Amino acid sequence: MQNPDDDKPNGVSDLARRRFLKGLAVSAGAAGAVSASGGAWGGSTLSDAFADFFQQHYQRMSADEIATTIERIERKAKRRYGVDITCANTPPQDGVVFGYAINISKCRGYRDCVHACVEENNLGRDTQYIRVVELDRGSTDLHHADHYYDHAEVPRPGKDYLPMQCMHCDNPPCVKACPVEATWTEPDGIVVVDYDWCIGCRYCMAACPYQARHFNWGTPEIPAAELNPDTHYLGNRPRPRGVVEKCHFCVQRTRTGRQPACQEACPTGARVFGNLLDPNSEIRYVLENKAVFRLKEDLGTEPKFWYYRDA
Amino acid sequence: MTAAPAPRPTLVRFVFSSVGHLFRGPPLYWLWVLLLLALIALGGWHYWLQLRDGLVVTNMTNQVSWGFYIANFTFLVGVAAAAVMLVVPAYIFHRRDIKDVVLMGDTMAIAAVTMAILFVVVDLGRPDRFWHLIPGIGRFNFPESMLAWDVIVLNGYLLLNLGISFYIVYHHYRGEDPKASRYFPWVLLAIFWAISIHTVTAFLYAANSGRPYWHNALLAPRFIASAFASGPAMMALGLQIIRAISDYPIRQSVINHLALVATIALQVTLFFLLAELFTEFYNEGEHAASARYLFLGLDGHSGLTPWIWTAVVLLSIAVVILMIHPLRHNPLTMNIAFVLIIVGVWIEKGMGLIVPAFVPTPIGEIYEYTPSLTEIMVSVGIWAIGLLLFTLLAKAALPVQCEFLRRQRASEQQSWDGVERRHNAA
Repeated sequence: MQNPDDDKPNGVSDLARRRFLKGLAVSAGAAGAVSASGGAWGGSTLSDAFADFFQQHYQRMSADEIATTIERIERKAKRRYGVDITCANTPPQDGVVFGYAINISKCRGYRDCVHACVEENNLGRDTQYIRVVELDRGSTDLHHADHYYDHAEVPRPGKDYLPMQCMHCDNPPCVKACPVEATWTEPDGIVVVDYDWCIGCRYCMAACPYQARHFNWGTPEIPAAELNPDTHYLGNRPRPRGVVEKCHFCVQRTRTGRQPACQEACPTGARVFGNLLDPNSEIRYVLENKAVFRLKEDLGTEPKFWYYRDA
Repeated sequence: MTAAPAPRPTLVRFVFSSVGHLFRGPPLYWLWVLLLLALIALGGWHYWLQLRDGLVVTNMTNQVSWGFYIANFTFLVGVAAAAVMLVVPAYIFHRRDIKDVVLMGDTMAIAAVTMAILFVVVDLGRPDRFWHLIPGIGRFNFPESMLAWDVIVLNGYLLLNLGISFYIVYHHYRGEDPKASRYFPWVLLAIFWAISIHTVTAFLYAANSGRPYWHNALLAPRFIASAFASGPAMMALGLQIIRAISDYPIRQSVINHLALVATIALQVTLFFLLAELFTEFYNEGEHAASARYLFLGLDGHSGLTPWIWTAVVLLSIAVVILMIHPLRHNPLTMNIAFVLIIVGVWIEKGMGLIVPAFVPTPIGEIYEYTPSLTEIMVSVGIWAIGLLLFTLLAKAALPVQCEFLRRQRASEQQSWDGVERRHNAA
């Protein structure tokens, strides 16, 4: 397998070229877009439909090919939602591997993280990457959890709340399962999906022990007004129907030094996200000083997602 | 052999005459073909709806992400593998009666594995990206992904069976004996390959340590055992039908052989099931939740319970019938047992194997699944494609085979007469 860094465009020069290409594409694409207004080719132009069909795997494209593909992604979003989005391709930072820890004692089950995630990541409105379940206090028995609690008020006495999402395993069974290498671990530890390479076989969903993968059974529906225009190729860009998607640690934010949307949305400060390789990070403090545990550790999946309680 | 005045048999003539056979048949043949074509059209229409609207028209969800399609796929891989139960006695033990019909076993394997592949294709969210699976131009996760292995073994098995069958029929068409040195190595390979398709398919499920219902070492042996019950049962039924509607010489000893194989395999299947149930329930833990859902119902959800007990009862009746010699040799009771086996294994190795692995989900959620109308219609269409394929292949190959066997018998008779004459003269 080739190094995923090899053909990734990076830095300012590439961005500049992309802007330039974008200018070309808009003028060239205008004629095509008009003729395709009838909705043929899935609402796309014939040339875009062809380019979609023959599009290469993300890790196999040259910098130029990625730039062209990104132009097309942005063009398609404009056509589909009438919104100008930017699709970034920010590479992983050196010396960074992301990890997450959640303080169960602080989680009150408000689900603000869930909804922030939906909006930030352009999820179809029937999909949620984060699931918060209600448990009897002190228990982590998921089989007796309430997955769809709907109380007028939370927290309820005697209950704990446990948020779950993709654990970004260091030994991910889903990546092993994929027959076409459409999902893989990035150098910064994020398990990503190439939505344009996935064939929709859903073997990764059978393989995941955390129920963290979601399939687009129909075309994901997002109100155009709520579309988040700041997207990333491997993250929250609009997804097609028939492919699998999952939490990507808000790659569009975290690779530019920001916190994930769920972390920012949490009103109780239960969520700690950061660089596992930075000895001075808050996540490292938690891992070194709290009695942390992980879900289903016996499976050997090595999640980069920990839980702990205040003593 | 006397020189026939017929034109020199070439490949082109072979193809033309084979296709020609497809267009000559009694009204019943045409009725059958038209029925299958109608079912295929119906299935095709529903598949078109699925393509248009997405897999949302199925009842699969993020909780139960595989359903009826993959259930049928699993069952059919077993049927395909069971062709070895004719191939081994024919080619390794040189059973003459079985060698006469072994081609029908290969034909059934071709139809079954084609259906299996189609069931995977209709389950894909993006069938337009099928080329991503093709080694070389796509990106094949081999040897890591068990699904990549499955793609190789299934397509390889299809090619092997097509190649061997074609080689043999073509030589029979030309009135020649196929050269054992040319095809036997491939037959040997196909025998191991047949075991591999079912083993790899079982490993595909057993690989998932997050799904305890699948994650056990008995899964592959259970697969093989039940396949060697359902496959021979299906073959025995098919051969009897062919015998009834054509003059293809199929000896009763072949049917008896298949019945015996099915009996033993069914006994092993039921023993394995018992071993599984004991392990799940003697000290029942969280890992038994799926088995509890299937056999007893879980937290008030018991959609599959009547089905699995139906399967257990059907298979138990079948094993009793087949173990009593007079009943096994009575055509009526024997064929009833075959039907019971096919239905029972279809339930047990289909929905009974796939769906419970998803109920409850690895994080304890329960969603009950029953196939949608679309899933059922598309599946009917694929079964019709398989039956049509088998019908057409058999229709084209049977006249060639009958002719070959007739000539073979005639020449043997001649040489036998010669031996007798010499013997009498001495």
